[in-house]
Amino acid sequence: MSRLLVCPPDYFDIEYEINPWMRRSNTVDHVSAVRQWHGLMHVLEREVGAVLERMRPVPGLPDLVFTANAGVVVGRRAVVSRFRYPERQREEAYFEDWFRSAGYDVVTLEPEFFFEGAGDLLGFSDCWFGGYRQRSDIRVFPLLSDVFTREIIPLELVDGRFYHLDTCFCPLSGGELLYFPAAFDMDGQEVITERMPEGSRLVVPESEALRFACNAVCVGKHVVLPAGCPETERQLQSRGYRTHSLPLDEFMKSGGSAKCLTLALD
Amino acid sequence: MTTAQETIVLRGHIIDSLILAKILDLILMMGGSFDIDQVEIGRTREDQSHARIIVRAPTLATLNHILRAIQPHGAVVEREYDCVVQPAPADGVFPDEFYSTTHLPTEVRLNDTWVDVQRVEMDLGIAVDLQHMTARTVPMADVRKGDLIVTGQAGVRVIPMQRPRERDVFAFMESTVSPERPHSHVIADVARRMRLLRDERRAGSGQAKVLLAGGPAIIHAGGRDALTWLIEEGFIHVLFCGNALAAHDMEADLYGTSLGYALTVGHAVPHGHAHHLRTINRIRAIGSIRNAVESGTIKRGIMAACIRAGVHVVMAGTIRDDGPLPGVITDSMQAQAAMREAIPGVGLALLVASTLHAVATGNLLPAAVPTVCVDINASVPTKLADRGSFQAVGLVMDAASFLNELARQLGRSM
Ligand SMILES: NC(=[NH2+])NCCC[C@H](N)C(=O)O
Repeated sequence: MSRLLVCPPDYFDIEYEINPWMRRSNTVDHVSAVRQWHGLMHVLEREVGAVLERMRPVPGLPDLVFTANAGVVVGRRAVVSRFRYPERQREEAYFEDWFRSAGYDVVTLEPEFFFEGAGDLLGFSDCWFGGYRQRSDIRVFPLLSDVFTREIIPLELVDGRFYHLDTCFCPLSGGELLYFPAAFDMDGQEVITERMPEGSRLVVPESEALRFACNAVCVGKHVVLPAGCPETERQLQSRGYRTHSLPLDEFMKSGGSAKCLTLALD
Repeated sequence: MTTAQETIVLRGHIIDSLILAKILDLILMMGGSFDIDQVEIGRTREDQSHARIIVRAPTLATLNHILRAIQPHGAVVEREYDCVVQPAPADGVFPDEFYSTTHLPTEVRLNDTWVDVQRVEMDLGIAVDLQHMTARTVPMADVRKGDLIVTGQAGVRVIPMQRPRERDVFAFMESTVSPERPHSHVIADVARRMRLLRDERRAGSGQAKVLLAGGPAIIHAGGRDALTWLIEEGFIHVLFCGNALAAHDMEADLYGTSLGYALTVGHAVPHGHAHHLRTINRIRAIGSIRNAVESGTIKRGIMAACIRAGVHVVMAGTIRDDGPLPGVITDSMQAQAAMREAIPGVGLALLVASTLHAVATGNLLPAAVPTVCVDINASVPTKLADRGSFQAVGLVMDAASFLNELARQLGRSM
């Protein structure tokens, strides 16, 4: 059973610009955003079989829907995020409150270490990867690796459009990796090929990476991803995954998609 | 020549992620250099690694540029501490934990700023003046009760030698002492430096001094004329020697012998050894070597040339000395202090045919001073290197051949 934290898009909007996808002039169609979000929830609950924990939305915090950035949860422990941009820093207290009320042991980081939660920390059971340079500070990974006694390999994100690791890198339940190599520098690409055996790397074409094909939710053999990524779906299906593609373009206006809208709680 | 530097620390899974490699690449690409001071590599995959790296750059601006570029990859400038000072408990006594110096350029951190230590010399303490924000080395014997002395290692940094710009024998800074080594090349490099230093001096530099520390074998072996010529031509500016070198030199002028041996024919002259004592006695009667030269009693030779050329001579005595000659400093600590006074401004040191003077002078010289140690016995340069003067280039040959060849290369016609 897989539990996911989500937050309804009641106040979702583009009120500031903190990534290259966000344009205040590109207004959100609220009705359509709500419909898309509910569509995602429906698939997650009904088809994927996930259990959803809903957070209460807060007026004035348009990005609170992106619960992937709440923090990272392992077992009973939750590390709360420290957002790089002041626009999102006010979300921290709400995420922290939620973790506490849900009974997690909350770990907080020094304020000067930016860390944007599961948006920048992903991995497999033994080895994790941390995206840095755009949002999270590389210096949090050694601290997190102390907290969780896990290896964390930092990966430099070099393309501003892929500003969180989960926009270009998606570990799958079967041990494969869905990713877009050009979002990483040469060293990062080398490390990934070094770590992931030939055949386990599913490379997403640029056109689909730009539709956030990598921002997918993988639960068991199900992969939920944004619509418009046929090549990615084909690759996933050839590995035995069941794909669910959904229209999520209202959230793309904010630089987010399926994965950003959920946080895995195990 | 002191470059800008900063110590950075790095931790995490920095090896497999190639983060360490990336940082080192960045440093080099941006015109810096590094020394890995420490790396601890995690034993298992979960274990993190640690690295402590000294980053250097030719200018402070480049250094800051590099630091800005590597910080996003996790390089953290190490927190730096001021040095810890303690008052000297008594005259001539350092606090227990005093920092003992090397002969490399050294800096201490006072009130958050790195300050150069004046007069680098090995095996001394460092006294700081917090009011003027200065630091200088101080010999144990000279410390006064209450002087603030640096203790421990914190807030002290030693800057390793940079390769000199000139690509000569001194650039390699390895004390090779092989007798098979082509001596003439080494001597040619010494000669070239001496010519440059003389030019600088003639252009008015008070620095650029050439120091020669020598033993009496220079006279016995027949190097006296060559050395005299070098002094007269303005190539030598400081002479360290003992009673013997001066006595034998003047004996040669007065009697034509050295310790009783006729220099020209090389056999013992009857009652010859008395010449040595008579020479010393004569100079004692006159009162000083200077008077002996100026009154015309001593006409030629090394000491006469030194007086005429204004060479700064320090003569240090030993317990086997006869006499001694006036001017020989018989208190070893005073002699050391007098030698130390003559070191600032030395740009080249020639340590010729004397273990005692070579080691004593080596102790006083900063590592940055190009040094040649010439001895017929290979153990002398070796001993010098073992005592820490790693910059000295060893030349295994006799003193006379060295001085004659050096003088020849500098234009002396025989
Ligand atoms: N995990 C994610 N990629 N979250 C998307 C966050 C989008 C949000 N507008 C931001 O720029 O922070």
